[in-house]
Amino acid sequence: MAGAYESPSQFIEHHLTNLTVKTDPTGGFWTINVDSVITAVVLGLIGFGFLYSISRKVTQGVPGKAQAFFEVLYEFVDTQIKDVYSGDRKFIVSLGLCVFVWITLMNAMKFLPVEWLAQGFALVGIPYWKPVPTADLNTTLALSLSVIGLVIFFSFKAKGFGGYIHELFCTPFGSFPLLWPINFVFQLIELVAKPLSLALRLYGNMYAGEIIFLLIALLAGAGIGGVVFGALLHAGWAIFHILVVPLQAFIFMMLTAVYIAMAHEHH
Amino acid sequence: MNITMTLILQAIAFAIFIFFTVKFVAPPLATAIETRRRQIADGLAEAEKGKASLVIAQKDADKIIAEAKAKAAEIVALAEKQRNSTIEASKSEAKAAGDREKAAAQAEIDQLSVKAKEELRDRVAELAVAGAQRILKREINPQVHSDLLGQLKAEL
Repeated sequence: MAGAYESPSQFIEHHLTNLTVKTDPTGGFWTINVDSVITAVVLGLIGFGFLYSISRKVTQGVPGKAQAFFEVLYEFVDTQIKDVYSGDRKFIVSLGLCVFVWITLMNAMKFLPVEWLAQGFALVGIPYWKPVPTADLNTTLALSLSVIGLVIFFSFKAKGFGGYIHELFCTPFGSFPLLWPINFVFQLIELVAKPLSLALRLYGNMYAGEIIFLLIALLAGAGIGGVVFGALLHAGWAIFHILVVPLQAFIFMMLTAVYIAMAHEHH
Repeated sequence: MNITMTLILQAIAFAIFIFFTVKFVAPPLATAIETRRRQIADGLAEAEKGKASLVIAQKDADKIIAEAKAKAAEIVALAEKQRNSTIEASKSEAKAAGDREKAAAQAEIDQLSVKAKEELRDRVAELAVAGAQRILKREINPQVHSDLLGQLKAEL
């Protein structure tokens, strides 16, 4: 397969390039990674559409199989969040559920064979298609910045405007005026570190995993032995990702819940 | 890897999905789970209550059964006593009746035997007289010798 490309690095680079549309001739910020957006939105529609279809037929009596599945999912998220947040957790659980389901689905795009997708899209004239939206920093940053937006919103809501401003300047070191700038710098670092760590953790895991998948796919260029060996390696790596895919989604969900729980804490 | 407008689009999509989940997807399920949880808790509490009342009912039933048993035994004893006394009474009554019958029969027998003796005496006297007449070959005037006959009768 790699024969169509001049070098292995070109093969990998090609498969990791987004399909882009420039909304402004200068490009730069005004580019849209169409593949990320479309995959993410379609997966969201499928996932939440499915859950919504279950939710509409929900019964308090004996649940059907679909409802039982949804209930297990909900209870799982609910149990995790109960441990970190003691207030009314309806919104956080819903948010956690949304985050978990969407990220799991986006990560699960890894399971699709990389080269089949690339060749398939090439057949219909689409030159690039990066299948995993979470291997795109834009997606993970969008998620984490939204979460931090919610954290700031809940901080204001829980502590009031004055309370939150007071916290920004008077923690962690104390309310002595000379300490205000240091406190504020620390708070700012925290506010930046939170979304960055969230986004980069997910992005890094998914991107690296994707590269490994591509490297394994490259083995197929080394003849029939390479195909067999590559297939085995691919199967192994994919099985490993049965763990990684939901784990990363779970970590993202838990950290989201923890950050929002922290926003409700008073110092 | 450039940060582009994709980020804004994804954030918008995320916001819409969060809104959708919070507003439409999760609440019915959460309500259903909560309601069922309450129903199960209520059911368990009811069962617990039922169990407790069953124990109480069992105790009551045991007490009532014991009382009934005691009463039944009492009644049986009473009936036994009654029966015995009735049997005694009818026995003595029967004996009395038998004695009476026996006495009556005895009286009749006595009467009859007295009567038979009288008759026998009369006949014997007649026979004696007839015998004497034949022996003496003469008529004896019964009126004259009535004293003698009466004396004979008395001897018989």
